[in-house]
Amino acid sequence: MEESVVTIKKFTKTYGDFVAVDDISFEVQNGEIFGLLGPNGAGKTTTLECLEGLRQPDSGEMQIKGVDPQREPRKLRDMIGVQLQTSGLPDNMTVEESLKIFSAYHGVPPRFELLSRMGLEEKRKTQYHQLSTGQQRRLSLALAVNHDPRVIILDEPTAGLDVSSRAELHSMMQELKSQGSTLILATHDMAEAEKLTDRVAIMLRGQIVATGSPRELTAKGSGMTKVSVSSENSILHDYENSFPAVTQKGINEEYSIYFSTDPGPTVSAILEHLATHNDNLIDLRVERPSLEERFLEITSNGGTA
Amino acid sequence: MSAFTNHFLFEFKTGIRNSSAMLMLYMLPLGFYAAMGFIMVEINPAFKDLLIPAMIVFAIMSSMILGFPTGLVEAREGGIYRSYKINSIPPISILVIPAISVGFHGLITSAIVAVTAVPLFDAAEPVNWLALFLITLLVVFTFSTLGMLIGVVSSSSRAVVLWSQLIYLPSILLGGMMIPLVLIPETFQKFSGLLPSTYAMQAFLGYAFQQPTVIEPWIAIAVMVTSGILALALSILLFNWDSRNDSRRGSPLMGLLILVPYVLAILYTTFG
Repeated sequence: MEESVVTIKKFTKTYGDFVAVDDISFEVQNGEIFGLLGPNGAGKTTTLECLEGLRQPDSGEMQIKGVDPQREPRKLRDMIGVQLQTSGLPDNMTVEESLKIFSAYHGVPPRFELLSRMGLEEKRKTQYHQLSTGQQRRLSLALAVNHDPRVIILDEPTAGLDVSSRAELHSMMQELKSQGSTLILATHDMAEAEKLTDRVAIMLRGQIVATGSPRELTAKGSGMTKVSVSSENSILHDYENSFPAVTQKGINEEYSIYFSTDPGPTVSAILEHLATHNDNLIDLRVERPSLEERFLEITSNGGTA
Repeated sequence: MSAFTNHFLFEFKTGIRNSSAMLMLYMLPLGFYAAMGFIMVEINPAFKDLLIPAMIVFAIMSSMILGFPTGLVEAREGGIYRSYKINSIPPISILVIPAISVGFHGLITSAIVAVTAVPLFDAAEPVNWLALFLITLLVVFTFSTLGMLIGVVSSSSRAVVLWSQLIYLPSILLGGMMIPLVLIPETFQKFSGLLPSTYAMQAFLGYAFQQPTVIEPWIAIAVMVTSGILALALSILLFNWDSRNDSRRGSPLMGLLILVPYVLAILYTTFG
């Protein structure tokens, strides 16, 4: 049986009359990367900040490895590592100073090797305000993992990063997972969630509207697979009849695009049609529905999964 | 090194690295001191008696009341305290370590004033150097905790400027720093009883320079000690991690309780 590391039950948080999070429950299993997805204002950050003990829930239960963030904040701090969405360090604090100070307060020696792994070794004496956004994010991650926490909470960790910094952070997250850490990742980047997470919960207007692995979620959708075909004579452009399992057809420059509920028979029939009409295939692409498409489907249905 | 040492060293270096901090800690007080020494002493030779205590109070007040609380509010608004909170840095460290660090800078500036004022400007020399040192420490404590309280209860940098100026400008004009308290009209003397600089000047003059004072020096010491302890307690009680957070242990208006020792002192000196 899988062990739950994080448990949230019937959690609600309001700001005045505005209900930011409305009676949500979910669990995060040991050693997994759990994604909390949703558009801006869905309640992801509020949920995480209550879990981290930065805010107080109005009702419901929250526990990380059996520790209630509100009742035992000190115990919690050493168990979790957090990269906040909005936070900062003093402008004049150097990379090395931040690592030394935060380590000292956690009661552990500073792990300077993290600076090499984060590509910050040459920036040891650089002050925080002189770092690029990507470097600040990497430092924030180094500080979050320096005390070797078993649960790591990352709120939009790659927002505003360039492609290479993003790839670096992704590889760090996978490395942390392989070392046995549990990661909770809040993001509105669906490609990132699909690539990294084991399971996700999609939040919309303060409620969880879907949970499961990215594969499970996409499978529950309308199930349309996109088949794109390009051929020498483009005979498919003018072909009026449909192919098996195709529900929708379109043209995008040299490609004929088909949306199919069963891509196998569709692709076979297309290839046969091309061969019969002596047209040579140039390119064939079969793309299963992405998490992003599924997410858009859910959000456009007002949260009906 | 311990968390305290690491944190203190960083805060102390910030006073030198940060140009705004440098301005408040050294350039403004020492620049004003030089101006007063060269100009005011020429205009009013009697000012020589006040030069050392007045410039020490001015230096400490500038750094603690103008500079220090702004840093606290900016750190809170910039989300720095949130980072500190999730990394186990307690409120007492967040408040006290920068205060001690700014206090050290204040002591350095005070030492420069105390050592140079006699040879450079023929200022009146302290009779009791130990008293000068101990009262300077007390003034640092009183003003740093007051600055801390201003930083804690102010919702923005603008509010800091408002509260700070309510203390800073009247202190210069009425706190006995530019004009001896005895020469100030009686009504204004009563008002000056609300200003910490008044008690700082009276304590310096009474104990370190052994000159006659308007307020008994022991009362001045008692007010400063009480004010410092009260401001520290209120700061810890009212400390808020995050300006966007909705949980607070008390109303910022509780900060006005800091006036209690000053009002009691006015009542005592009037009716006692």
